[in-house]
Amino acid sequence: MIVGEQKSIAELQKIIAPYKKILILGCGTCTKTCFAGGEDEVATLASALRLACRKNGTGISIEELTIERQCENEFIQEAAPAASRNEAVLSLACGAGVQAVARRFGTTPVLPGVNTTFIGVLERQGIFTEECVGCGDCRLALYGGICPIARCSKKLLNGPCGGSKNGKCEINPDTDCAWQLIIERLTALGQLDNLRTYIPPVDWRSSNSGGPRKLVREDHII
Amino acid sequence: MSTEPVSRLQHILAAGAFAVTAECGPPRGSDPDAVARRAATLKGCSDAVNITDNQTAIVRMSSIAGCSHLVRDGLEPVMQMVTRDRNRIALQSDILGAYSLGIRNILCLSGDHQTFGSQPDALNVFDIDSIQLLHAVRTMRDQGLDMSGFQLSCPPRMFIGAAANPFADPFEYRIVRLAKKIDAGADFIQTQCVYNLERFRTWMRMAADAGLTERAYILAGVTPLKSAGMARYMAEKVAGMDIPESVISRMSDVPGEKAADEGIAICLETIAALREISGVHGVHIMAIGWEEKVRDIVESAGLMPRPDVP
Repeated sequence: MIVGEQKSIAELQKIIAPYKKILILGCGTCTKTCFAGGEDEVATLASALRLACRKNGTGISIEELTIERQCENEFIQEAAPAASRNEAVLSLACGAGVQAVARRFGTTPVLPGVNTTFIGVLERQGIFTEECVGCGDCRLALYGGICPIARCSKKLLNGPCGGSKNGKCEINPDTDCAWQLIIERLTALGQLDNLRTYIPPVDWRSSNSGGPRKLVREDHII
Repeated sequence: MSTEPVSRLQHILAAGAFAVTAECGPPRGSDPDAVARRAATLKGCSDAVNITDNQTAIVRMSSIAGCSHLVRDGLEPVMQMVTRDRNRIALQSDILGAYSLGIRNILCLSGDHQTFGSQPDALNVFDIDSIQLLHAVRTMRDQGLDMSGFQLSCPPRMFIGAAANPFADPFEYRIVRLAKKIDAGADFIQTQCVYNLERFRTWMRMAADAGLTERAYILAGVTPLKSAGMARYMAEKVAGMDIPESVISRMSDVPGEKAADEGIAICLETIAALREISGVHGVHIMAIGWEEKVRDIVESAGLMPRPDVP
């Protein structure tokens, strides 16, 4: 899923300061799952902002709504009446959701309420880890299902650097060395020989180095 | 391994002599004399001088400029080049530029992560890794082709080096990685500082068993310790460093004013032990901020005078 974290109340207060009537728009997919922008977070944030604004003496009217996904027009449409009743929309979706909503509501400011951080997994309750950078050319078969581009701090494709110690990355003792994990996994799979071969440089054109990407599925276009 | 020596360092290693290289960090400023002063202390006591490339991710005078000052002063540089800060276009361009300035040795590295440095807010690059850089430099040299396959008008004929850390984990994979570096183009290897001789001997034996000591010259790294504090700091804080407790004790058991002498003594003992290890072709002395001691160390180690090269 796409993982994000809600911005601080202080920053959000600054962002919404010019507006008296806002819609806090939640997203029921990724940011809901990572506790940043689902129905519950919309309600909590609305209360917190109302309280903060009352303390400041700034009056504000806040409407709450959560739709299934903010990255699809079909669902965004459900928010159109609420958006039109308010001066601005504070979106708790990922960056893609914010932009999709903004594109749909041309004259209403759409503001980000979440910092989108990464594509990751729920490692355990409350802990999310980055696992994928969306490079556009998946090599996981070679590396035993552990991505060195996303998970090695130096994106090394040909083995660990000299800073791997006791299974941890040199940059942070809380960060696993991806290469330690790759080597352990390939050993368990009996595929350690995968790592003897020279891996040539990445063709980054499939990543965002080739400019903004577009996926066209001719078979699904109507 | 490239057959026709292209540098003084390669000449010396090819002739079977025990090589001495030293490290020199460029200044955090733009004064060319600062490089010249440090380099002068290394002249005549080292066969080549490594100029670091923004080591520990702290901005310094560029490696290529530092190397160029050395060439001007009659010293032979080893240009360190990291993949942290430059993409493949900039790396290849700098290699061509370096060769045009008379730089003949290169050490290909990935580089310390920028979070260790003074500007942890910087974007890193890592377009290619150190092994891919080795491969690129060798292809430029041997086939005259850049990474796009374009035929270069004057290919850079570099003596190509790589780093190895026998003390990092996972230990068993270190030899596979060394083999990959040599396969990709490394003619010589400079290792992380050796304090744990036992582990280094094991690593060398594994390298020899894999036939790697026949395919690349291995220069073992040494760093004289200045104080017990430095020993402890390096053991605890410097990534990839292995300093046994016995070495730290030796440094802390002598009075503070004698610690530097003890550090030099340990360094000399280490060099003597390294010379006895089959497959070790030289030492790489990294006397960080203590370049003036290199001459004493080389002299006391019985490695003077340095060989003449035609």
